[in-house]
Amino acid sequence: MSVAVEPAHTRKDHQKQKPGYVRMKSTRRGVDNPRRSVLLTVLTGIVLIYSLIPLVWLFINSSKTQADLFTSFGLWFSGDFALFGNIGDTLTYDDGIFGRWFLNTVLYVVVGAGGATFLAVLGGYALAKFNFPGKKAVFAVVIGAVAVPGTALAVPTFLMFSEMGLTNTPWSVIIPSLISPFGLYLMWTFASEAIPTELLESARMDGAGEFRTFFQICLPLLGPGIVTVLLFTMVATWNNYFLPLIMLKDPAWYPLTLGLNAWNAQASTAGGEAIFNLVITGSLLTILPLIAAFLLLQRYWQSGLSAGAVKE
Amino acid sequence: MTTASPPPAALGTQPKPAKRAQKRTQKRSWSGWLFIGPFMAVFAVVFLAPIAYSIWLSFFRNQLVGGNGFVGLANYSQALQDSQFWSSLLRVTLFLAVQVPVMLLIALLVALALDSGRLYGKSFFRISIFLPYAVPAVVASLMWGFMYGTRFGLVGNINSALGINLPNPLSPDLILASIGNIVTWEFIGYNMLIFYSALRVIPKSLYEAAEIDGASQFRLVTAIKLPAIRGALVVAAIFSVIGSFQLFNEPAILQSLAPNSISTYFTPNLYAYSLSFSGQQYNYSATVAIIMGVITMVIAYAVQLRGMRKES
Repeated sequence: MSVAVEPAHTRKDHQKQKPGYVRMKSTRRGVDNPRRSVLLTVLTGIVLIYSLIPLVWLFINSSKTQADLFTSFGLWFSGDFALFGNIGDTLTYDDGIFGRWFLNTVLYVVVGAGGATFLAVLGGYALAKFNFPGKKAVFAVVIGAVAVPGTALAVPTFLMFSEMGLTNTPWSVIIPSLISPFGLYLMWTFASEAIPTELLESARMDGAGEFRTFFQICLPLLGPGIVTVLLFTMVATWNNYFLPLIMLKDPAWYPLTLGLNAWNAQASTAGGEAIFNLVITGSLLTILPLIAAFLLLQRYWQSGLSAGAVKE
Repeated sequence: MTTASPPPAALGTQPKPAKRAQKRTQKRSWSGWLFIGPFMAVFAVVFLAPIAYSIWLSFFRNQLVGGNGFVGLANYSQALQDSQFWSSLLRVTLFLAVQVPVMLLIALLVALALDSGRLYGKSFFRISIFLPYAVPAVVASLMWGFMYGTRFGLVGNINSALGINLPNPLSPDLILASIGNIVTWEFIGYNMLIFYSALRVIPKSLYEAAEIDGASQFRLVTAIKLPAIRGALVVAAIFSVIGSFQLFNEPAILQSLAPNSISTYFTPNLYAYSLSFSGQQYNYSATVAIIMGVITMVIAYAVQLRGMRKES
């Protein structure tokens, strides 16, 4: 960018800009160097509190015994700090079925979300960097399909899978998870920006095959986009409820979401034992891995979402 | 703006990559199919085949006499006269008309606040408000369901502490609003991030020009920021419309906590699900799902047309 047209007072800020991520953060500040506003912070703070209160509630209440749950105030600790006891009970209840559900979820996430990301990366790269017959049709069909309700797919998919003998197996959950139209869209915009077409042309000039070009030259450039798509497909499969609800009858194949709901429903069935403290603690254990993944990888997915904001 | 390239495509901005790709005279070849092929193959299995099967199913009916027979459009005319279907459609339309604008407005305000650079602790705000997105719908519904509850929920706490009788959020009158609150909580952060990513890539030279002209912050928002992120607003609106019409998880999970408030035809998706898996009426269920799919696509398309109208 040209420095000449900029107002003089932004110069000093311009000098301390560093390349890369740090620069992205400080760029806007240089425009008018706005004063921080207490009022605005407080107003946004209301939304912040709204967002965090249920999570705080979940944490506090997972430290209570079932008896305390019914007798104490929801937003403060009470009685013994029973979190670790609750965690132990959650993991051992019903011969440790929670651990089984956890492993099932990990299986669905690794194969489903991993596969979905792989397909979306390949497909997005094709849409961004190739001109092939049927490209417009591909695009129209995929975008149109996003609007189709889950049930419109679920019922016939269930019938098809049950004829193929796939229902009640992990495949019935994994195969439909392999498609992420949103991931394809994200990779398409990301790859268009991140891979210079000149680079591809010179690689082809040197006689590199298409797959070699992709894996050795393009894949490293797509890093932040891949992490972003991976996180979003992970959330989608980790949080999946409807699909396994239809496909799975055997609790041994349940993912965590289905298992937690079964535990909750247990209280309202005749003769069922109410285990609300385990439902609450199990919920906490279910969300922790995803929250940890988002916090640890935030610099990647945030730059991936901005799809090019970093390099400006 | 002195950079030669167009601004980077952010999530939800116009599909510029396509235009750019066309500008370069790429050789049209089939090699793109090497990369999009795997995606399309799985897509055909889990999207196209079920949709086709669904349409086929909707023309048949299992009759007491004569078994499974072709009935033409009889299922469709039945659905159009089905008061349960209409009441479910009316309910999600009401939900859509209230919940989506409220959610998108809050998300937009937070994104603008973050982008203004006037907040203390900006990244803490951004990540915290986004966190609920990582919480599975099952856990979110259970959490809020417990908090709504009069037994050990916050509502019960407030009632007993203050000796008052707050209206029960799980009662038939309030359940839709309560579900709206859960969905809003889940997706404010997600939409906020879409808007924020789009705001980040507005060329800062525009702000400089506006500042020289002495534009107020409010003018800056209405004249520059909002028009610049129109694409992101439309994309978020379309996703929210689709999400509302497909409402299923939250009411399905709350059903065990509030069985008297949530009927089997509370939303069209829930209705189609109950028809299939409790009533074994696969053909009629497929019909309901197809009608909803068509309505969703029409409305999403209308939102897109309206949103893009003033552009270019």
